[in-house]
Amino acid sequence: MTGVFGRLWTEWTIAISFLREGRAQSLMIAIGVAVGVAVIVFVTALIQGLQVNIIERTLGTQAHIRLLSPDEINQVLPPAAGTMQLLLEDKRAQRLRSINNWQQVSATLDQLSLLTAVSPVVSGPAFARRGEALQSVVLVGIDPVRYQKIIPLDDYMQSGQLRVGANDAVIGSLLADDLGVQVGNKLRLDTGQQNSAVVNIAGIFELGVRELDARYVYLDLKQAQALLNLPGGITVIDLTVADIFAAEDIAAQVGRLTSLQAESWIKTNAQLMNALTAQSLSTNMIIVFVAISVAFGIASVLSVSVVQRTREIGILRATGATRQQILRIFLIQGAVFGLLGSVLGSAASYLLVWVFNTFGPGLFFIPIPASLLLMAMLLATLTGILAAAVPSRRAAALDPVVAIRYV
Amino acid sequence: MSDDAMTVLRLEGLRKSYNVGQPNEIEVLHGIDVVIGRSDFAALVGPSGSGKSTLLNLLGLLDQPSSGELYLLGQATSAMDDAARTALRGSSIGFVFQFHHLIQAFTALDNVLMPLMLSRGKPDKLAVQQARELLAAVGLEKFANRKPNELSGGQQQRVAIARALITEPALLLADEPTGNLDTRTAAEVFELFHKVNRERDCAVLLVTHDPRLSAACDRTINLVDGRIESDTLNQPASQQK
Repeated sequence: MTGVFGRLWTEWTIAISFLREGRAQSLMIAIGVAVGVAVIVFVTALIQGLQVNIIERTLGTQAHIRLLSPDEINQVLPPAAGTMQLLLEDKRAQRLRSINNWQQVSATLDQLSLLTAVSPVVSGPAFARRGEALQSVVLVGIDPVRYQKIIPLDDYMQSGQLRVGANDAVIGSLLADDLGVQVGNKLRLDTGQQNSAVVNIAGIFELGVRELDARYVYLDLKQAQALLNLPGGITVIDLTVADIFAAEDIAAQVGRLTSLQAESWIKTNAQLMNALTAQSLSTNMIIVFVAISVAFGIASVLSVSVVQRTREIGILRATGATRQQILRIFLIQGAVFGLLGSVLGSAASYLLVWVFNTFGPGLFFIPIPASLLLMAMLLATLTGILAAAVPSRRAAALDPVVAIRYV
Repeated sequence: MSDDAMTVLRLEGLRKSYNVGQPNEIEVLHGIDVVIGRSDFAALVGPSGSGKSTLLNLLGLLDQPSSGELYLLGQATSAMDDAARTALRGSSIGFVFQFHHLIQAFTALDNVLMPLMLSRGKPDKLAVQQARELLAAVGLEKFANRKPNELSGGQQQRVAIARALITEPALLLADEPTGNLDTRTAAEVFELFHKVNRERDCAVLLVTHDPRLSAACDRTINLVDGRIESDTLNQPASQQK
């Protein structure tokens, strides 16, 4: 007497011989499953690749989390007990001011393992002037080494080099066009704080985001602080995190830790996230409906097979097969359809993705993770078993007396 | 009365109705009492519609009686569930049908092994050896690896007999086993049944239309309109040959 495994051997052997006997039928349904799996894997990989690409591009030019000073609010004394307070309040204008104790805050954040980069930045408005031309710009004072970990500016340099400090500045390509300047030219920066400076344009970058390319002027921290009248201060701490989709949670955590206002990229790009969510939803719909049609295909083939094999089911029952064994024989056939089809389908989708990556528009690269293929195979096999449930139960319920006389 | 070791099957007041509770309810068997012993070589005869097939299905535990009791090897079977009846059927009854009913996808050897595969899983060397011996006993040792559609009708029926014997059953039930064989092959198959009965300590019950076959059996049970009309011992015809 052997155990459950030994028993399953028999069901497996019978199921496989049934499948081999109905070779053409088995092959056709396996190809049907394969097409479904190929569509599911390809669409999933395509959309995942696209989304990763969009997010990478978005995050390539912004911090994952920005820490800002909390808004200034009016301090109102609480009313004395038993009195009622009527309050008419003008909201305060938010002036440019430094984050308190930013050195300590920054040092603390450097210790957090959740964060991959911390970069204090001072930024504020100014005018850039060359001759008669005047453009409103954003001055961004950076520590280049730290800032590079947030936005790899070096990768975006169009001309010149990334060099700030000692009166050097790096400006956006559209701003350079608007002012008609090139690397090596001079530019006057004016902050309206009785501070102005003439800087030397050391480099021109192009981030591919209009707003940034037309307005950003990178300086070193000291010069920006002087121009913005914030000696020794900074206005923003830019952060990056390892798990970009946890940014919202980490922002809340860091916000509590530092008592600063923390904005994650997820919140500042709510529109984009909505679009991505909608896209994922439509992908999931496609997957579900393809899976349903695959399941019905398997179920119908097995239903026909049960009718065709009625007599053989009767013989098996008469020779000692239990209802459970008959049930398992047909469930196994469903599982094999699913597994075989998904192996073929995975290979096909691999080929499709390769073709897309090699000969496609080349806008972005689609990776095909092994986990996706494994997942597809597992799902297809489960779908096969599930689809086989109804015909299998019908086979198991057949009355052996009737089945054996079935012609 | 209790069953001794020589009794294989005992029926007490066995009745079978179809369409129970409906206007067209019909009783096919009206109380059958029969005892079949270990060494019996019996024929069940009767005109069409007499209830032979119904009785055979009940004897083979393929169907359940409406009332009455069926004792197989001393065990009452009417209260058993499907799994228990399947197990008892698998271990103690062998079936041979008119249309040899082999599984087309398997070889002759695998068909013979099927009852063991279903009850025990993957057959061991001993089981395969046993199956080969049975195929040899029915004269088919050279055809072990043939598929059923590569065998003649008589050969297929002999494979079916070998399959019925692999579990060393106490009772072999055969429904018109020679029904669609030519006379000479039919005689060979019949002789095989007789040999099984003599050599393997196995009761044989043949359902047949053929008066010559029933006359050649040791005992003839005559079923008419759902009742046993006669149950007679024959002259040992097989020994007259």
